[in-house]
Amino acid sequence: MTQVTNEKMDQVLGFIDSISQKPYVDSYLIAVLHKVQQLYGYLPQDVMDIVAEKMQIPTAHIWGVATFYHYFNLSPIGKHTLSVCMGTACYVKGAEKILETLKKELKIEVGQTTEDKLFTLQEARCLGACGIAPVLMVDDKIYGELDAKKTVEIINQYRKAAGK
Amino acid sequence: MAEQITIYINNKAYKVDPNQTIMQAADTLGFHIPRLCYHPKLSIEGACRVCIVEVEGARNYVASCAFPVSDGMKIHTNTQALRKARRDIIELILDNHPQDCHTCERDGNCELQRLASSMGIRARHFEGPRKRYEKDLSSDAVIRDPEKCILCGRCVRMCSEIQQVHNLTQAHRGFNTVVMPAYNMPMGESVCTACGQCINVCPTAAFLEKNYTQELFEKLNDPALVKVVQFAPSVRAAIGEAFDVPPGRNMEGQLVAALRKLGFDYVFDTQFSADLTIMEEASEFLERVQNKGVLPMITSCSSAWMKCMEQFYPDLIANVSTCKSPMSMQGAVTKSYFAQKIGVDPKKILSVATMCCTAKKYEAARPELMVDGMRGVDIVVTTREIAWMIKSAGIDLLHIQPEEPDHPLGMSSGAGAIFGTTGGVMEAAIRTAYGLYTGQTLVDIEIKGIRGLKGIKEGTLEMDGKEIRVAVAHGLGNACKLLEQVRSDPGRYHFIEIMGCPGGCVGGGGQPYAQCNTIPLDDEALQKRAQALYDLDRSKTIRRSHDNPDVQKLYKEFLQRPLSPTSHKYLHTHYKPKTPLGIIPAKERQSGV
Amino acid sequence: MKQASYKLTLCDGTTCIQKQSREIYKVLREEMKKHGILENVHTDLSGCLGMCSKGPILLVNPGYVIYGNVQVGDIPEIVESHLVKGKPVARLIIQEDHLYNRFLRIFGDVNFFGKQMRIALRNCGIIDPENVDNYLAVRGYEALAKVLTDMTPEAVVAEVKKSGLRGRGGAGFPTGLKWEFTARQQSDEKYVICNADEGDPGAFMDRSAIEGDPHTILEGMIIGGYAIRASKGIIYIRAEYPLAIVRLEKAIAAARQNGFLGEHILGTDFSFDIEIRLGAGAFVCGEETALIHSVEGSRGMPRPRPPYPAVSGLFGKPTLINNVETWANIPVIILDGSDWFSSVGTETSKGTKVFALAGKVQNTGLVEVPMGTTLRQIVYDIGGGIPNNKKLKAIQTGGPSGGCLPAEYLDTQIDYESLAKAGSIMGSGGMIIIDEDSCMVALAKFFIEFTQDESCGKCTPCREGTRRMLEILTRITEGKGKTGDIEKLERLGQMIKSASLCGLGQSAPNPVLSTIKNFRQEYEEHIGQKKCRAGQCAALLSYVVNDKCVGCGACKRVCPVNAVEGTRKEKHTIDPAACIRCGQCFDACKFSAINKA
Repeated sequence: MTQVTNEKMDQVLGFIDSISQKPYVDSYLIAVLHKVQQLYGYLPQDVMDIVAEKMQIPTAHIWGVATFYHYFNLSPIGKHTLSVCMGTACYVKGAEKILETLKKELKIEVGQTTEDKLFTLQEARCLGACGIAPVLMVDDKIYGELDAKKTVEIINQYRKAAGK
Repeated sequence: MAEQITIYINNKAYKVDPNQTIMQAADTLGFHIPRLCYHPKLSIEGACRVCIVEVEGARNYVASCAFPVSDGMKIHTNTQALRKARRDIIELILDNHPQDCHTCERDGNCELQRLASSMGIRARHFEGPRKRYEKDLSSDAVIRDPEKCILCGRCVRMCSEIQQVHNLTQAHRGFNTVVMPAYNMPMGESVCTACGQCINVCPTAAFLEKNYTQELFEKLNDPALVKVVQFAPSVRAAIGEAFDVPPGRNMEGQLVAALRKLGFDYVFDTQFSADLTIMEEASEFLERVQNKGVLPMITSCSSAWMKCMEQFYPDLIANVSTCKSPMSMQGAVTKSYFAQKIGVDPKKILSVATMCCTAKKYEAARPELMVDGMRGVDIVVTTREIAWMIKSAGIDLLHIQPEEPDHPLGMSSGAGAIFGTTGGVMEAAIRTAYGLYTGQTLVDIEIKGIRGLKGIKEGTLEMDGKEIRVAVAHGLGNACKLLEQVRSDPGRYHFIEIMGCPGGCVGGGGQPYAQCNTIPLDDEALQKRAQALYDLDRSKTIRRSHDNPDVQKLYKEFLQRPLSPTSHKYLHTHYKPKTPLGIIPAKERQSGV
Repeated sequence: MKQASYKLTLCDGTTCIQKQSREIYKVLREEMKKHGILENVHTDLSGCLGMCSKGPILLVNPGYVIYGNVQVGDIPEIVESHLVKGKPVARLIIQEDHLYNRFLRIFGDVNFFGKQMRIALRNCGIIDPENVDNYLAVRGYEALAKVLTDMTPEAVVAEVKKSGLRGRGGAGFPTGLKWEFTARQQSDEKYVICNADEGDPGAFMDRSAIEGDPHTILEGMIIGGYAIRASKGIIYIRAEYPLAIVRLEKAIAAARQNGFLGEHILGTDFSFDIEIRLGAGAFVCGEETALIHSVEGSRGMPRPRPPYPAVSGLFGKPTLINNVETWANIPVIILDGSDWFSSVGTETSKGTKVFALAGKVQNTGLVEVPMGTTLRQIVYDIGGGIPNNKKLKAIQTGGPSGGCLPAEYLDTQIDYESLAKAGSIMGSGGMIIIDEDSCMVALAKFFIEFTQDESCGKCTPCREGTRRMLEILTRITEGKGKTGDIEKLERLGQMIKSASLCGLGQSAPNPVLSTIKNFRQEYEEHIGQKKCRAGQCAALLSYVVNDKCVGCGACKRVCPVNAVEGTRKEKHTIDPAACIRCGQCFDACKFSAINKA
């Protein structure tokens, strides 16, 4: 879990203070959650706890709201989304191996985000690029005819671009 | 009263009161419109769409639970198209529900099953993959099974509107909606107070008490154990309902006989330790009054309330009586005084409690309440569980010869009996406190002002010229309201009784399921259960706890006197604040769902 | 100061910004500076001009020359050739295809159109949306002044009622009646809400209206507030519209500064303020009771009505909710009068309607037409017809809540009743043109996938029913449909329509039911013959090698699953069991030797 850094937290608390005198203050919950996501990139549970305490809104209610709206991320999302095509063509041509390579290289499972917040790993249904299977989509760019080595190279390109 | 209006149901004219819903009007006219998410005690959800009716002129079917009647309205409740729509709605619910009725705990007692039966569902049209979730078995008391949930939202409304614990919410949305505590945390770690009201209102088996019946059957067959059972006051007032007896019949004698037939060696009555609790609690109260201790003193019998207090009102811990609950006092004296008396190693005693309550399962496991390193109560079963065991063992409860509880922990006063209903503890305490304080006998012992189902009740009493102001709240939501008053005006009351469940223990989370298509578990049913206890009180010659000869004997032989060091060792405890971050005091929501 | 010799309008809508219109603006100014004409040319950034498919758009006046697909690299040429030498750059001009120009040819000249027919979007593309003076120059806030000085709240309500304006969000409830109900309520507090939670896939009318002319929305709301005696307005807008949000914020600040918002508006006793609340990605929040719950900070789930928001809405107070386009009509109705307004349109539907034209049509973008215009005029005269000489198959209106009308309905007039009678709805303004290459079953599946994903989960029919409908449609498109599936879809659809709690559920089955009604044969072909005539459902396609095959082996080489067999220089075959229908062989064959069927 992310450490609640004081600077960001201060901004959240400051925002709550700024609305605290308004009528129907509970109604600003979604605005507060927007603020949290803007600062943290997602809604960390410990921050939601603090919001609950500060706004005096039951945690369960906040959780209900946070999970209802698809705009809110409940876990950190990386800068780049890696979607490994698991369509039939790619599967036949070794998509599984690409996925394993990525899991090993990034030390995460499908649906997770790397510690440096650079990558989120996903499986995708057929991306319609069967001719160059197996494929990997990074954000909206498609890389085809991959093997383990090429996959790692692609990852390293993005790492380099991010200065990591 | 406003003038009556005319509505037409299925082409016949009826005069009904205005300002009510179609469902309410239909109910008074003898049309029982099928329903699911509706519950008489909760806000209107209008979600399940089972109670839809056709209103002429309306574009769509309307939910009769939410739609108001108006003059001249033409309503149809049973057209073929409506029947088909309702049938399809129930089928859609079934399609997303485990098809394991035969092995489900609520088999034969399930609202969904009854609805499916009444809709005449004989073929399945729309089956597809259904939702899959893990059961949450983390709590000692309440089990959550999201696969069984049909999203009627009654539990969420109960938890937030009536109990104001706000532990449950609907999370995610659409087909993926799940009822859960915040962050999907385990029930056992959540703010759940284990009151079990979610179980009471759940139409299916999405919430259940943790079931100990198999374990108990096993232990009952262990010849090495001395099997001792106690049963709470309100169990006798409600267990009949599990055997299709209307609410309000006292089944005490039959229950005692049935428990013996199940294999218990000693059948004791929790009403005995209710009297014992009164001795301690009334004495503690008088001591606080005389020695300027912390007031108001707040009762501590209700285990859901104790968890609520530790989480939400840690600042009031000093106000809470140090007395254990009657169940735990009974457990403690069973494994000490009684064990000595019959010359048995307390480790060889199986101490069982039959309770109207699910939170007692949680209470029994609390380390603070251990006696000489042992649990005072080993197994807690609810009214529902014991009813099932009686049926399962082939015991005919209704036609059994009534029997008396055993001595020395079985005799009780009328004051012990009324413990099971809201205001009863206070009334019992006043009867004894007055006697102990003034040395006189309170003549008018039935204190009407604190009886009944009003959420918060107040009363005053004069003891030797001193005015004692008391208050009573039942249901955690009412309790929270009352405690907010205490926070802002600590001097307002001297003595407060709080029960976690609406109606007190008679409305406990472990009581028999309402036969919802016939008798809803509404205030009327609670009143009848309470009346059974008030009648029991009246039928007794001893109606004050301090007059109970067995209690007097217990003090003489073992405890010496109320608040003695021995009493403190066995009958008192101390509570600690629990303040996990983000779990905020229960309160009423300003707005919204 | 010298008179500007040219007036440039650069579209600053979301699409154009994505296509680098901001960079173009920068380079444009640099180039003009280089040529020393910066002061002679007046340059405005405008709201969406409605030609998104051809963006970025640069409009040069006089001359009404419209450049499309403008790249940064084109700017030096435009500046030097057009602005300096007076010779427009022919290769970049797209005037011929301009939606509005075609529109003008049909409906009259620029002035007539500008003054009388573009009502909701009348200022979009004409004014700088971030400049309140621009808005004032086009009679902005005059309607407000008129209302505050000359009219009682009752008179305002009466005027709106008389105009015949109906809700532009989809259902078409008479706006004036809604105002009257809310005005009649006695309450210490009332609210005015602008519903800007535009969520239909492919629809962007509201976004463009706000981005192009935010003050109109504010003015409409302030007038509404005066009419029902509310002091507080809320704009509920999707968080996914950052530019619209920024423009609204700026507009609100400017309106406050100029005394149009806040205490004692224009020196009168009337006080009113507006606050923006953001949605967070839930389509159902377009439903008014769900929207209210969302503004209240809760899960956006609808509740049964009555009570209606007019009686008990936001925070339990009487609340007037209208959508963006409805509000945009208000200042015009006040300023030009209800008589004028109701002279536009048909008997039951007055004024104009904005549509987002999309799909298989030459010109896609925003179009505002008077009620009564026919679908044919929109598709062919304004939209330029179907590309590639394909046949029109259907017109989908109303998005996931609407229906599909087959080509026979082309002469249907756009008004609430006619569209409903034909089996669709007006909706909020989505209009998708479908040609013969589109599969109607797949289209129905797309919409039900959307609604079931956006279902709030509260009521059983919508939560469970749409999921089962999606399952049935999925298996039909995968060639696993069974006899009786169409009847099941109809049965579920009817039940969901009649028994759901809110408008989302009640209308969710419409795309399915209307395609079954009008294109039943396509469903039957999918189920009975396992055939998709549009060739869109991949699982129902089969690739067969014909006699043109020369055995070159190209198909064999590209097949990812080795489904092609055959020796060199001999006719190859495709094993249908192994084939995954990716189409690689079809694309690779240079001899048209593979049939797709």
